[in-house]
Amino acid sequence: MPLPFVVPAAGPLAPLVPAPAGLDRITVTGLWAGYGDGPVLQGLDLQLAAGSICALVGSNGAGKSTLFRCLMGFLAPSRGTLRIDGLPLAEAQRRQRVAYVPQSEEVDWQFPIQVRDVVMMGRYGHMNLLRWPAASDRAAVEAALERLELLPLARRQIGALSGGQRKRTFLARALAQQAGVLLLDEPFSGVDARTEALIRGQLLDLRDAGGSVLIASHDLAGIPGFCDRVLLLQGRIIADGPPATVLAAQRP
Amino acid sequence: MTLQLPMPLDPPAVLLHPLLNDLLEPLQAGFMQRAGLLGVLVAVVCASLSCFLTLRGWALMGDAVSHAVLPGVVLAYALALPYALGAFLFGVGAVSLMGVISRRSRVKEDTVIGVVFSGCFALGLVLISKLRSGVDLAHILFGNLLGISDGDALQTVLIAVGVLLVLLLRRRDLLLVCFDPAHARAIGLRPARLQMLLLVLLSLTAVAALQTVGIILVVAMLVTPGATAYLLTDRFDRLLLLAIGSAVAATLLGLLLSYWLDASTGGCIVVVQTLQFAVVLLLAPRYGLLARRRPASLPPES
Repeated sequence: MPLPFVVPAAGPLAPLVPAPAGLDRITVTGLWAGYGDGPVLQGLDLQLAAGSICALVGSNGAGKSTLFRCLMGFLAPSRGTLRIDGLPLAEAQRRQRVAYVPQSEEVDWQFPIQVRDVVMMGRYGHMNLLRWPAASDRAAVEAALERLELLPLARRQIGALSGGQRKRTFLARALAQQAGVLLLDEPFSGVDARTEALIRGQLLDLRDAGGSVLIASHDLAGIPGFCDRVLLLQGRIIADGPPATVLAAQRP
Repeated sequence: MTLQLPMPLDPPAVLLHPLLNDLLEPLQAGFMQRAGLLGVLVAVVCASLSCFLTLRGWALMGDAVSHAVLPGVVLAYALALPYALGAFLFGVGAVSLMGVISRRSRVKEDTVIGVVFSGCFALGLVLISKLRSGVDLAHILFGNLLGISDGDALQTVLIAVGVLLVLLLRRRDLLLVCFDPAHARAIGLRPARLQMLLLVLLSLTAVAALQTVGIILVVAMLVTPGATAYLLTDRFDRLLLLAIGSAVAATLLGLLLSYWLDASTGGCIVVVQTLQFAVVLLLAPRYGLLARRRPASLPPES
């Protein structure tokens, strides 16, 4: 696929904390989860290796958000286990192994906070309880701002950003966190081609540094061409493979 | 138990301009100095808390908690327990009850807040009228800044300083939870616990402020300074400082006004606060109503 924009390479990312030898980044076994009116996820199994980019595709109600809520610890599964880097979820979160890029609708854009402050929040888990940044935290924040071309915007209030700049801000926060697992919810909705190229470059760098990227998307047409793997979700995984294979199988 | 609040030395009258000396004359009376210090302390705590409450969308929560503690105060007096204990238990109890109801039922959060706090307050009114509690409703409603006992003053100081320390030291985590609970969770924090911490601090503040400034003033102090500062800045630390500064200024000015006019102290303080908000709402450089009329092509802050 020809790239519509060439984005200057920012250089490789520092290697992330590796998953223990022989273990996947994400291991989900027999996951049942849902709300009052019946389970949405019905025995979902999922392994995601280090150094991979995976698209999670499903229509509304197929369980994408439910799976994300489980992976974030907001919803306790009724059955099944869920491990990150071989660790129970809470422990993995304490050790900064999971980063999350929210959808734009989840953010209060009027909040009195500037771009650099948001990115600094990615470092909180690495700081002491008072959240005083060390030199290494400041360096990580500046590096992430630079990678996403946000340095000129670092002192903007987040509401004064365009849609693409907003996405870049929250991806920069995730990069600054230096977590092995990155969860993204519809990262390419409503962004221009140049922003898409910029985000894609960062996700590829993250993969090369040993990260594992899981991208939720609601339709097959929207899945990025650069991912290694596509998972079709319908309560559990109903198709799993390289993009070309899965797309071909879904064609009538 | 007596409380020794620092008493300033006699004012250097010769050094002050005579007019200024006249203006500050009320502050030379010992009871006014004490009232001023207590009022300022409560204002600082409430203003800090108001920043978090306005950002979390919990402006009404201050209203609710400060009303909900009333039955606790009355019962504590009747049982000869420290009133702070009763007030605190009812504050936290009401907050937990609101949380449980809004999670478990289809009724919306603001509705639940309204039902629970008015119910608690009404229970307090019934108890006041039936128990010989020695609680003066007027003092609970409007405070008794000028006539507060030494013991109550000490209690207020201890609680206020404790709340302020926790708020300032944990402000980054509390702010993160208001802004993005999902990210807070992802980095290993527990958003529900931090939100509960905020509500416990709120209950403690309501307790500290009840006897000094009264419920009605607390409600204003827990909303207005944060709202005023919110119109002035895009950075949280500045928001805190501006809220605290405006609340302290309003308290001192209100206190002086009430002395000159011989009017309700709490009322004067809230009126000054509200005027501050009105002026800022109109004139704030970027978010004021008049600023909006300027051409939209102005670049955002660089």
